Amino acid sequence: MSIVIIDTACANLSSLKFCIERLGYDVLVTADAAKIKAAKKVFLPGVGAAGAAMQIINERKIPEVVRELTQPVLGICLGMQLMTEHSAEGDVDCIGLIPGEINPIDAPEHVRIPHMGWNTLSTIPEHPLFEGITKDDYFYFVHSLCAAPSQFTLATCDYGQTFSASIAKDNFMGVQFHPERSGKSGAKIIKNFLEMKA
Amino acid sequence: MLARRIIPCLDVRDGKVVKGVKFRNHEIIGDIVPLAEKYAEMGADELVFYDITASSDQRVVDKSWVSRIAEKIDIPFCVAGGIKTVEQARIILEMGADKISINSPALTTPELVTELNKRFGQQCVVVGIDSFFNKETNQYEVYQFTGDESRTQKTNWTTFDWIKKVQELGAGEIVLNCMNQDGVRQGYDIEQLKLAREVCKVPLIASGGAGAIEHFTDVFKQADVDGALAASVFHKNVIEMETLKNVLKTEGVEIRPC
Repeated sequence: MSIVIIDTACANLSSLKFCIERLGYDVLVTADAAKIKAAKKVFLPGVGAAGAAMQIINERKIPEVVRELTQPVLGICLGMQLMTEHSAEGDVDCIGLIPGEINPIDAPEHVRIPHMGWNTLSTIPEHPLFEGITKDDYFYFVHSLCAAPSQFTLATCDYGQTFSASIAKDNFMGVQFHPERSGKSGAKIIKNFLEMKA
Repeated sequence: MLARRIIPCLDVRDGKVVKGVKFRNHEIIGDIVPLAEKYAEMGADELVFYDITASSDQRVVDKSWVSRIAEKIDIPFCVAGGIKTVEQARIILEMGADKISINSPALTTPELVTELNKRFGQQCVVVGIDSFFNKETNQYEVYQFTGDESRTQKTNWTTFDWIKKVQELGAGEIVLNCMNQDGVRQGYDIEQLKLAREVCKVPLIASGGAGAIEHFTDVFKQADVDGALAASVFHKNVIEMETLKNVLKTEGVEIRPC
């Protein structure tokens, strides 16, 4: 089974790659359209600012390739945000795989932004991606913007406001937290994704 | 609920983990990767690797250990020390570090903080501040080049003004190292951290002085910091991570269990 991490030139490529390898899988980091299309599972990673990231992936013609994919695709952190239609960060149009938009976390004055650190989930879905995950599992979050809850929300998290910790539509899934940096709980999410039936 | 973070700090010199007292007399603790793995398995929430020689002796040291750590551990980690350019930061982040922390270079070149923010995002940019309480002037003062005693110098910044400034520049997190307390295990500088908290709107990490479990309880409850950094208490097994986290939980501090 071929597993691909789309080379978005973002900084967390290595940690995601190492995480998948620790689970015993081989993984390829590439921006090559044919290799991405041929993969059984595809990761869309990202950290940084949405505007800059969209510019990079547009130059690499990644949105066109990703929109055509029918196999499971998992967006991580900024990668999840790029799956939506629009981000307020840089006022930029995103790939548009999952309806919704990304806006700054609506938090009262005393709530520190970025939301940085380990947090639990407030709602957990009956979904293969979250199999075995409970409200006692902590995940590592680092972000200042978020997707509000919608019909495409899988899991939620509370920080200042309730937001989507995970969203999905058809074969496209995204998580706001970093499973590759979330210890055993995060590894379980990655494993669930890799073992998920297409 | 967002958990408070326990952050072991590994001071690195020539590829080994070292620890000194009040920034001096460094002794070797052990190899980096096995120690990093040990801390991650013990339940640390995050690790900081601080290359203490890099900033002060004007060289960029071999950072290949960054990717060796990233391969092995599944918790976030931050690399500090000697990062003076966007390119140096890019290399470290590509090797798998989650954040980079800058200290002396931020004082020398404040616009570096902004450049790092624009290129990599606010969440990657940590600013470390070495703060010393001057009893004569009754001021908290920012110091530079603290990795090397012979080059350590006072800057013109007071600590709280510098905390405000680095947030304007784009810092995503601040580590406040209270130099009077460092390595002596007499407790965090609660008074200073409380004052810092008032002006710090991004996550604030306490550093310097941890010596006992109650010091962690105090700093979370009284100074409302987001994380507490410590070195010697973990290296020397003065405090056991699981015991620390159990006590904090019992005390009502939100914490991620081991």
